[in-house]
This record gives sequence, C-alpha cells and structure tokens, in this order.
Amino acid sequence: MLAKRIIPCLDVKDGRVVKGVSFVNLRDAGDPVEVAKVYDEQGADELVFLDITASHEKRKTIIDVVMRTAEQVFMPLTVGGGIKNLDDIRNLLKAGCDKVSINTTAVENPEFIKEASERFGSQCIVVAIDAKRSQKPEVRSQNNPPGISWEVYTHGGRKPTGIDAVKWAKKMEEYGAGEILLTSMDKDGTKDGYDIELTKAVSEAVTIPVIASGGAGNLEHLYDGLTKGKADAVLAASIFHYKEYTIREAKEFLRKKGVVVRL
Amino acid sequence: MIAIIDYGVGNLRSVQKAFEKVGHTAVVTSNPKDIDNAKAVVLPGVGAFAKCMNNLNEYGLVDIIYKTIEKGKPFLGICLGMQLLFTESEEFGIHKGLDIIKGKVKRFPDGMKADDDPLKIPHMGWNNLNIKKAAPVLKDVSDSPFVYFVHSYYCMPEDNGVIAASTGYGIEFTSMLWKDNIYATQFHPEKSQEIGLKMLKRFGDLF
Repeated sequence: MLAKRIIPCLDVKDGRVVKGVSFVNLRDAGDPVEVAKVYDEQGADELVFLDITASHEKRKTIIDVVMRTAEQVFMPLTVGGGIKNLDDIRNLLKAGCDKVSINTTAVENPEFIKEASERFGSQCIVVAIDAKRSQKPEVRSQNNPPGISWEVYTHGGRKPTGIDAVKWAKKMEEYGAGEILLTSMDKDGTKDGYDIELTKAVSEAVTIPVIASGGAGNLEHLYDGLTKGKADAVLAASIFHYKEYTIREAKEFLRKKGVVVRL
Repeated sequence: MIAIIDYGVGNLRSVQKAFEKVGHTAVVTSNPKDIDNAKAVVLPGVGAFAKCMNNLNEYGLVDIIYKTIEKGKPFLGICLGMQLLFTESEEFGIHKGLDIIKGKVKRFPDGMKADDDPLKIPHMGWNNLNIKKAAPVLKDVSDSPFVYFVHSYYCMPEDNGVIAASTGYGIEFTSMLWKDNIYATQFHPEKSQEIGLKMLKRFGDLF
C-alpha cells in the first residue's frame, strides 16, 4: 500500500540552513547536506529545501546545495523559492533535484505551470499555496465549508491576491501541477496543528496529492493532518529540527495508530 | 562501465551518482559509440511518452538500444525508460514505443478508491514491491520492500512471465520486469535509498 509521507523542510539562505537545526553529533548544523544526511538516516521520505536567498546573484548557491546533496542522499529532493522561468527549473533538475515548488510565479503567470509541466512532466511541478482565512466576500468557493474561505497569498505571504485557495488548487491541477504543497499562514509557526479544514477542503477538491504544511507541533498533529485532513504527506520543520522527535519516532507513532508509513 | 543514455530529459545525475555510490563507474552519454562500448546500459526517463520517444529518434539512439538488447548486455529501463520498451502507450493519444516488450502502457483508471477515499493520480510516494520472480537484481532484497514511485501510467505486458514484481494501487500493476538481459522498474531505484542502491549494485554486478 502507498505509504503516507513525512517530509522535513529546510529553510536555506545563501547556501546555509537558517532558523536553526540542533542535532547531536552534527559537525556543521548550518550545512544543508549534513542536515539532509541526518534526515536520510532517520528515514525521511523526501526532503524540501526552501530557498529564501534574497538576491538573484546568490541564487546559484542552491544549485550547489542540490548537487552536493544528490551525491550523498538518494531520496526525492524538492526545491522551492524564487523559481521564475524554465531555465531555473532545468538547472535545478540537472543538479539532481526531482521536483520544484512554485508559488508567486504561478499566480503571476498561470500559463507558466502549463509550460513547465508540458516541458518537464507534471511529476516534477509542485504548486505551493500559502493560504489565509478570509472574510472577503469575493474569496468564496462552493467547495468550502459554510462560512469559511481561504485567500491565496504570494511573495512569501506578504501579498494578498483575492484568489480563493480551493479554486486555485483545482485550477493548478488542470494546468498540469503534479502535487500541491499547502501552507496555512494562520497556523504556520503556532505549533498548534495544521489547518485541518483547509487541508481537507483542498485535498477533497483535487485528485493530485496534497502535502499539508504549517502548524505541526507534535505527533498527534501529523496524524490529524493525514487522517482528518486527508493529506497524502505532511511537511514539518521545527519539530524535527529541534530533535523533539526523530522522523522514525514520528513514523512509529503513526504506524501504531494504523497509518501506513515506510519504516 | 555503465552507460546512462542521455536524450535530453530528466534528472540523470542522480542515476549516475547512485551507481558511483555503490562502486560502479557510470557515464551519462548520448554518443552511440560510448553506449556500444559500455558493459551495461541504462535508459532513464521522466515526462511524457511521446516527447521521450521523439527525443530518442532525434538523438539517433533507437538503433543502439535494439543492438544493446540483441547483444545480450544487461539493460535497465527506469520509469518512463521502462514504458518506452513497450509496444505502445495511450498517453495523450496512442504512440508507438520500442516494441521490445509486447504490451501496452495505460493510465490508471479514474475513480479508484481505497477505504472510500479516492486514490490520487499521480501514484506518488513509497509503495511495496510484491516480488514474483527471483530476478538477480533482487538478490538479498527482503520481501515487499518500499520503493519510490511517481507516475500516472503503468505497463501491461502481454506475457505475465516477464513480471518480476507487482505493486498494488487500486489495481495490481507491473512495477518491475525481467526478461533475459532486460530489467525495468516503474519505480526509481536511484531515489529509493538503501534498497534502491542495492538493486543498482546488483545490476552493475551482472557483467
């Protein structure tokens, strides 16, 4: 049976892990490759690098990170952040990356998702959606639970778009996205669990896999995201970075509760 | 030396690095001579069937693939590289493949369910191999290991005898085949951590 995936996410700036990672016995906690190796040993199912490098000139540092990681870690790698054109995608794939995650560029130019999925295949095009609860009457969709809607934000959560998140996810699926990485801005950083209603609404609206993100603070939250939220995978950062739990512990917990995981 | 056929699609670096990790030299090449000189040949591939088939023709690589297989050299198709070996695919219309393995490539049927929840397509993530045949590359591989998949189409060989392993996702589909010197995997051994590396090592050990 297809296993539910546990995906640690690393924020990378100018080629270094930021927001801090504290593992024991790690020579260099700032080196993404070292951190990737630890997650590999713990049995992570995939790895996401979020490139938050501000300047365009330093963008090639993420290529170097991918190249060095792909030499040592043999699991799927996704890179998100700052992807603007087909060349950006081609360069990442050539370096050893398997999927790219696209957010702002998809909103600015939805056709880009069509072009990218036709050129490289849907399997490597992930559309990232940052969504926030909204009271705006125009941000509505029939799929939403009564009285709730979510608005899509771009530019790292700074810019509202007026687009309904559930509708947007369906549109991106039509345009060829192979997967949705769904982050709740309301929950991100709170450690009180994923936005289950959002996750469920999007997961039921599309037929492509959905990765829940934003808010995981304990193992029960992972379980809820995968069961109540119907997500196909869960992404988490801090609960793994600060060794509150290892990936293996998370998987053992989920397996005991009846979730199919790879152990 | 192992030749990994480069025909302008996908991430070939991971395949090469995976072979190097287990001690086999591998080159990424689109030169038929290099491919002819190699002891074993790998056909990787991601993306759309028709585009990959077109690229193989444009790069002038079809003949060398037939020749490699006729010579009895170990040959490994990965993901779309497995599908290309078949007679035809129904991805975006009917397209002819290499016809080395008789059979069709079909899309997962719509409306597949597990416990009332619809199954997502692509089939993406880690799923089990149900081993049917003791293929040499599966030596020392424990029963029903998890390997990494990402695909929306699957292969249906006419002859069930070529099926080395199958996997359940709504239906039971062929996830690995073995016929004489030809091996092919629907999953990505180069992305399947230790278990995938072990298979690549065994493949490289065949010659």
